[in-house]
Amino acid sequence: MKVVVDEEKCVAAGQCVAAAMDVFDQREEDGIVVLLDENPPAALAEDVRNAAAVCPALAIRIEE
Amino acid sequence: MAESDTRQATEERLYFYQDDRDTTCPFAPPPGLRALNDHAPVTRARIWDGSTPWLVTGHAAQRAILSDPRVSSNDKLAGFPYPNKAMAETAHHHPLTIFNADGADHTRIRRMMTRPFTRPRMEALRPQIQQFTDELIDTMLAGPKPVDLMHALSLPLPSLMICALLGVPYEDHDFFQEHASFATRSDKTTEEQQAANQALGGYLAGLLQKKMGEPTEDVLSDFATRIKDGDLTLPEATLLSMILLIAGHETSANMITLGTALLLDNPGQLARLREIDDTRDVANAVDEILRYLTVATFGQRRIAAEDFTFEGADIKAGDGIIVPLPAGNWDPEAFPEPEKLDLTRKANHHHAFGWGIHQCLGQQLARIELQVVFGTLYRRVPTLRLAVERDALAFRPADALAFGIGELPVTW
Ligand code: HEM
Repeated sequence: MKVVVDEEKCVAAGQCVAAAMDVFDQREEDGIVVLLDENPPAALAEDVRNAAAVCPALAIRIEE
Repeated sequence: MAESDTRQATEERLYFYQDDRDTTCPFAPPPGLRALNDHAPVTRARIWDGSTPWLVTGHAAQRAILSDPRVSSNDKLAGFPYPNKAMAETAHHHPLTIFNADGADHTRIRRMMTRPFTRPRMEALRPQIQQFTDELIDTMLAGPKPVDLMHALSLPLPSLMICALLGVPYEDHDFFQEHASFATRSDKTTEEQQAANQALGGYLAGLLQKKMGEPTEDVLSDFATRIKDGDLTLPEATLLSMILLIAGHETSANMITLGTALLLDNPGQLARLREIDDTRDVANAVDEILRYLTVATFGQRRIAAEDFTFEGADIKAGDGIIVPLPAGNWDPEAFPEPEKLDLTRKANHHHAFGWGIHQCLGQQLARIELQVVFGTLYRRVPTLRLAVERDALAFRPADALAFGIGELPVTW
């Protein structure tokens, strides 16, 4: 699984961090998404898919 | 039949949209709205001023429309579906805010406000939220009963938190809380609310100026730095502070009060909630309660900025669009058997905080406040119950900022 984030689209709602905190973080100065792990392990796949599904700005894409 | 006659005939049968909850079933969205969702997730409806904006009720359709860049939040465009007469009359001199800005303007404003509300920062506040909650419950248990939960816990907790985040000195809390609740209370006259708003605005502007000289670690000091850097003017910073204050108050307070009323009505689910230990499971339970109640009932207001076809509907530039969030949150396609409160269902795709670029900025603060309260109150007070008949609860009128109950007398 490969994760791609779009910082331009991100609105810093924090939903990705709530869903998968080992994969996503938020930038200190303005809360914009920080991708911690581009290729998360299979064990986190479900959480990461959920993170993408609840991103209100559609800023997370998953390439299987 | 001429085309205009057909149109008129169709329009006469249009659903009249307002948040008219059935008082015997106050936790559920209006029955008419749910029926619409079953057969017409995107349809014309009539509103208070006789106009006929689009009503988008389906969960998938709500997602699509709220994240469509051809849809605007600009409340100065002709055709905007205002929630009431007062809003319609004042819209032309509404300043540009996070709520009515689109595109690049919205990004600029929102990014000045996001820093203090990130999920990691809110997680770090959990112990403080727990401490405030425990202290408020201690005070409640030490005092006489019955007690009004709204004033004992639901309002003070979000108020203490927003004061702490903004950087309002402790000795000013009483002034602050009184005026903040005043400004959003529907039982106050417009004049009283304006006076309260003015008092708060004056207070916040003074505090911002003080923080320009002596910055501390808080939101107002952040804004003060931006004033000094020339990114914001003092009136703009005052407005941003007011927005955070007001948006973060009544909504969270209503969720605590109304959520408690809902749980007391569902003893099986309440018993289950008391047993949940895992923070993620508590978080999920809170999302289900948020979904079920969707206290932002008034319907998000938008306007089409261009012509486009959406789910078979021909939307024209200038058409009003209303997105009643409770309808999406009770769409059986997204939440099977939506009328069933099920604290174990996966519910975090709900629209209680909206969707798209305007999705709630304070949602992680609200979530953690609710996780702490719902994870603590019913354990510490296992015999908590209503001190009046359920029928005697005064559900708030439909035009209030958030749906809720003015007061909740409880005993134990
Ligand atoms: C349970 C509590 C809450 C609920 C149900 C709630 C609900 C909502 C909803 C539905 C929106 C979307 C508005 C739209 O689409 O136009 C919104 C936006 C917003 N909320 Fe909340 N809210 C809550 C708590 C808070 C808190 C605690 C804060 C701040 C401290 C806050 C600040 C805001 C702001 C600033 C916006 C505007 C965001 C934008 O337009 O980009 N809210 N909220």
